[in-house]
Amino acid sequence: MGRSDLTGTRIRARRNLRGLRQSDLARAVGVSPSYLNLIEHNRRKVSAPLLAALAHALGVSQDALVEDNDSRVIEGARAAALRSETDVAELERIDEFTGRFPGWARVLADTQGRAEGLERAVENLNDRMTHDPYLAEALHEIISAVTSVQSTAAILNDSDQVEPEWQARFHGNILQDSTRLAEGAVALVNYIDTVNTSETGLAAPLEEVEAWFARHGFHPPGIEGAHPHDPGPLAGVQLELSGDAARSLAAQWLARFQADAHALPLDPFLEAVARLGLLPDQLAAQFGVALDVVLRRLALLPSDDPRRAALPAMGLVVCDASGTLIFRRPVEGFALPRFGGGCPVWPLYQALSSPARPIRQSLVTAGRMGRQFRAFAVAHAVGPANFDFPPIWNATMLLVAETSGRSSDLALSVGASCRTCAQVDCPARREPSILMTSSQPDGRNLQL
Amino acid sequence: MWSSRKGCVLPQFVPRTLSTGMRAAQREGDVTGKRVFVIEDERNISEAIRFILTRDGWQVDVNCDGHSALESLRAAPPDMVILDLMLPGISGFDILRALRADPATQAVPVLMLTAKGQSADRDEAERLGVSRFMTKPFANAEVVAAVREMTGT
Repeated sequence: MGRSDLTGTRIRARRNLRGLRQSDLARAVGVSPSYLNLIEHNRRKVSAPLLAALAHALGVSQDALVEDNDSRVIEGARAAALRSETDVAELERIDEFTGRFPGWARVLADTQGRAEGLERAVENLNDRMTHDPYLAEALHEIISAVTSVQSTAAILNDSDQVEPEWQARFHGNILQDSTRLAEGAVALVNYIDTVNTSETGLAAPLEEVEAWFARHGFHPPGIEGAHPHDPGPLAGVQLELSGDAARSLAAQWLARFQADAHALPLDPFLEAVARLGLLPDQLAAQFGVALDVVLRRLALLPSDDPRRAALPAMGLVVCDASGTLIFRRPVEGFALPRFGGGCPVWPLYQALSSPARPIRQSLVTAGRMGRQFRAFAVAHAVGPANFDFPPIWNATMLLVAETSGRSSDLALSVGASCRTCAQVDCPARREPSILMTSSQPDGRNLQL
Repeated sequence: MWSSRKGCVLPQFVPRTLSTGMRAAQREGDVTGKRVFVIEDERNISEAIRFILTRDGWQVDVNCDGHSALESLRAAPPDMVILDLMLPGISGFDILRALRADPATQAVPVLMLTAKGQSADRDEAERLGVSRFMTKPFANAEVVAAVREMTGT
C-alpha cells in the first residue's frame, strides 16, 4: 500500500490479501455488501465501531486501516484537481507537489473540503425546500390555477363560436381562478418574507403566527390587564397576518395568553417570582392556578420590564397528544425543529406519557457546544370534560437557560430532532442524522 | 393556504358548435362514439378539458373521485383515460396501477397530467405503465393532439 492510500483502499487491499469476498466481510461486520463497496471505494466514511469490526475481521490493527494526514491532504488536492474543468497535467506528480509545498497543498485541500461542505449544505436546503409540505401544496395550487386560467382563456380566445352559456361559465371560472391565484401569490410572498427573516423558514399558519409573536417580543400589546377574550389585541392580528388560518390560530393563542395574564397579574406574579424563585410548582400553588398557566406566563413575560431582565432566558414548547408541536417560543441555544416532532427524549413527551404529572429535568443540548437548560413540563387536558369525546391533551415545556455555568452529571442530552441531532448512540433515535452519516451510516440503533 | 376550488359538479350543457379549426381536425380522423374518461379533481380544469375534447368530437366523462372512477372504468372501459396525479384520497399512481392490473382496462391508453414535473414522478408513472406524461400547465391543442395520437385517430 502506498502512503497516500485512503482507508477504503486499505480495507479493500487487506480483504484481498485475506482472500475474502466483499459479501463475506460485509456479513462479518454487519453491513450490506453494497455499503462495504462504497466504503472500499472511499465514497463513504467509516464509523469508529465499524472500523474496529473491520480490523477485527481482517486480523489487523485499526491503525493499519486508517489513512494518515498526508493522504488526506493528497486526496483533498487530488479531488480539487479532478473538479477543475481544465486538465491538470501534473496530477501524477501530486505526491511531489504536496511534499514540496505542504502548506499550499493543505490550503487547497481545506478549500476543497469547504466547497464540498457548502455543496452538501445546498443539497440539504434544496431537499428541505423540496419536501416542504407547505411550499409543495402552495406551488401545486398555483400551477393548478394557472393551468385552469390558461386553458380556459385559450378556449375563449381561440374559438370563433362559444355558446353564451359556456362563455359566461368560463368567464366566471377565470375570475375565480385569478382570485385564487392572487391569494396564492400573497401567501407565497409572506412565505418568502418569513424565509428571509428566519433562515430557511416558511409561512405555514403556525410559523406565520410564531413570526408575528416574535415581532412583538412574544408579548403582543394589550395582553396585560386585558380581560380574557378582550378583542383589543386581536386588531393587530387582523391587520398584520395575511391568512385566515394564521389569524384564527393567533386569536386562539392570544386568548389563552390573555387568560394567563388575567390569572397571574404581572406585578404580583413578578414579585412572587422574585421571592420564590423560578419554581413553577410553588408559583402555581401560590396563585391557585394550573402548572401549565405558570409555564406559559413565565415564557411570555414582557421583555421590556426590568424585572424580567433579571431572569434567565426562557423558551416554551407546546405539543398536542400526537406529539406535533403547536407553539414554539425559541430560546437561544436550544434548537427547535420546524417540521414534525421534536427530540423523543424531551421531557415534553415524557409528560405526555404521564398526564398531569409535573416533570423537572436538567438538559444539555447534544453537540460540541452543549448548552444547559432546566426543563419543566406537564401534560394537561384542554377544554371542558365531555362524555362524548376523549380528553384532549396538550403538553407544555418551559426551558430555562442555566446561567450558573454548572454542568450537571444528571443532565439529559437532547437535540432538536433526530434529523439534525449529533448525539451518537441515542437509544431513542428514529432516523439517521444528516450530521452523523459518517459515523452511523447504516442507521443502526434506530427505534423502529 | 387559500381555499382551493375542488369538486366537479359540472354543468349539464355541452358545446353545440365546432370551430372551423376543430371541424378540420375532425375530418382528419373520425372520433364519433369514442369516449375519453377524465379523472381530475380541479373542476375548472376538467371543465376546460371536457369542452375542448367534446368540441373535437369526443364523448367525455368526468370524474373527480378516484375510487368511484375505478368502478366506472371497470364497468365500461373507455377508449382513453386522462388522469390527474394528485387526487384526494387516492393517487393517480394507485389508479394507474389498478387499471394496469385489470385485464379489462390494462390496454386503455392513459395520459397522466400533473403539476409535479419531477423526474421521480415521471419514472414512477412509466414504471406503472403510463402511456404519456404531461405536466401542467398544458396547451389545449397539446392535449387534443395527444388524445388523438394515443387513440390512433
